[in-house]
Amino acid sequence: MSSDVVIVGASVGGVRAAQSLRADGFTGSIKVIDAEDHMPYDKPPLSKGFLSGSQGVDRISLISEKAIAEANIEFLLGTAATKLDVAESRIVLGDKGTLHFDQLVIATGVRARPSPWEATDGVHLLRSLDDALSLRADFESANSVVIVGAGFIGAEVAATARHFGLTTSLVDPLPIPMARVMGDEVGIRFIELHHRNQVQTYFGMGVESITGSKGNLKVELSDGTLLSSDVVVVGIGAVPNDAWLDSSGLLIDNGVVCDEYCRVVGHSNIYAIGDVARWHHPRHGKLVRVEHWTNAVEQAACVSHNITNPDELHQYAPVEYVWSDQYDWKIQLAGITAEADGQVILEDPNNPNRFAAIYNDSAGKYCGVVTVNWPRALIECRKLLSGDYEISVPVQRVEALLAASPSR
Amino acid sequence: MVTILEGAIKLPIVKADLNLCQGYANCVMEAPEFFDIDDEGLVVILQEKFDEDKRAHVESAARSCPVSALRVEDE
Repeated sequence: MSSDVVIVGASVGGVRAAQSLRADGFTGSIKVIDAEDHMPYDKPPLSKGFLSGSQGVDRISLISEKAIAEANIEFLLGTAATKLDVAESRIVLGDKGTLHFDQLVIATGVRARPSPWEATDGVHLLRSLDDALSLRADFESANSVVIVGAGFIGAEVAATARHFGLTTSLVDPLPIPMARVMGDEVGIRFIELHHRNQVQTYFGMGVESITGSKGNLKVELSDGTLLSSDVVVVGIGAVPNDAWLDSSGLLIDNGVVCDEYCRVVGHSNIYAIGDVARWHHPRHGKLVRVEHWTNAVEQAACVSHNITNPDELHQYAPVEYVWSDQYDWKIQLAGITAEADGQVILEDPNNPNRFAAIYNDSAGKYCGVVTVNWPRALIECRKLLSGDYEISVPVQRVEALLAASPSR
Repeated sequence: MVTILEGAIKLPIVKADLNLCQGYANCVMEAPEFFDIDDEGLVVILQEKFDEDKRAHVESAARSCPVSALRVEDE
C-alpha cells in the first residue's frame, strides 16, 4: 500500500503509530511533525526520574536514530501544524508551507491547564521537556515549594521535591484528592503516604491567589491560610491541543471526536489517537478520552492496523491502564475505578507496603483494580477486565497469590 | 516441536533488561505466550527464541514497554 501518511505530534502515540505502520507493512511515506524541536521523548519520566535528574535525555528517548533510519520515518521537528485543510487534504505549517496527506493521524496530545493566578515568575506548569528542565533548575536552588493540585502529576512532583529535600506543601480543593479516582478508603492511604514523607497537605481548600515572584511567592488559601514558598507548581489538569483544528470542520468537543475505529467522525482517512482523541468506546458504549501512556500506544497500534487493513477494521476497546510512582510506592490502576460502588482491599501480611484494591460496579461486577507495589496481582486482575466477572473472581486470584507466597 | 536445524538457522531472540523492568506488564497483555511477571514484579521471558513470523508480534509487545526494557535481536 503506497500513499502518504502524515502524523501530527511526535509524542509516544505519534511515534508508535509510525513504527507500527512499518511493522504492519505500510510502504508509503511517513512524516511525523511536531512543534517542539527536541527529538521524540517520553513524558512520564518528566515528573519523576527526569525531574530528579537520575535519568538524562538519552534515557527518555522514544526512538533511536537507527530505528528512524531503518523504518524510513521522516521527522519534521520545530514545525507546528497551524491548520487542517480537509478539502485539499493538506496541513498548513504556519509560514513553512503545506504538507499533503492521504491519511492523517492527529496526535497532538494535551497541554497543562494554565495557571489562572497572578504570579508567573517561579510558577511552573509541567508538561514538556523544557518545563521539566526549568523546574529541575529551580528545585536545585529552592528551599520550598507549594504544589497546587494533588492528582498523579502533583503527587509525583511532591515526591520528587522531597527527593530534593524541599519543604513541600500540597494543596487540593478535594478533602481526599485521590478519592475522585479510587474512592475514600484508598484515597486516605495516599494522604497518609504524603504525611509519612513529610509533605504538608492542605486538602479541601481552594487557592484564592498566588502573588510575588520566585524566592518570595505567597499562596493564599480559601480558609485564609497564607503559604510562602520559593517555587510553585500548578498541576490542575490538561486541555486537548485541538485549537489548530478550529477552522477544519472536524467535530471537536473536549478532544477530536472519533468513531469506534478511531476515525474522526465523518472522515474515513483522518484518525486521532492519544490524549487528544475522544472516541466511541464499544464496551463502555460512550465517548471517552483517556490521558494515559498505554492508551496512546494501543490506539496507535489499532490505527496502524486500520490504515493498512481498510477492509478489516478493528474496533478500539481497550482496558484502561495507568501507573504512578510516588515515594516508595509503585501504583498501578486498571479498568474503571472512578465510578465504582465499592471495593475489597487485600493486604499482604508479609509486606506492609503492598496492597490491592479490587472494585465492583453497582451490579456487583468487577470493574477495576488498584495495586501498590504488587505488579503480579495487578496483571492477574488486569487480564480479567476484558471479560465479565463477579468481583469474587479477581479477589480469589489475589488470595491465591497470597496463599502461595512464602512467609518471610 | 524442536527441529534438527535449529542450530543452523538464525532465529530472532527477545531479551529483557531486568534493571529497567518496572513490572508494568504491558508485554504480558500484548503477548502472554512470551512474557509473564514474577512475584517480585519483574518480567519473565517464557520463550526466548521464536520464528520469524512472530517478529512483528513480539516487536509490538516490546514497543508497548514504558521503559523500553525489551529488545528483539537476531541471534
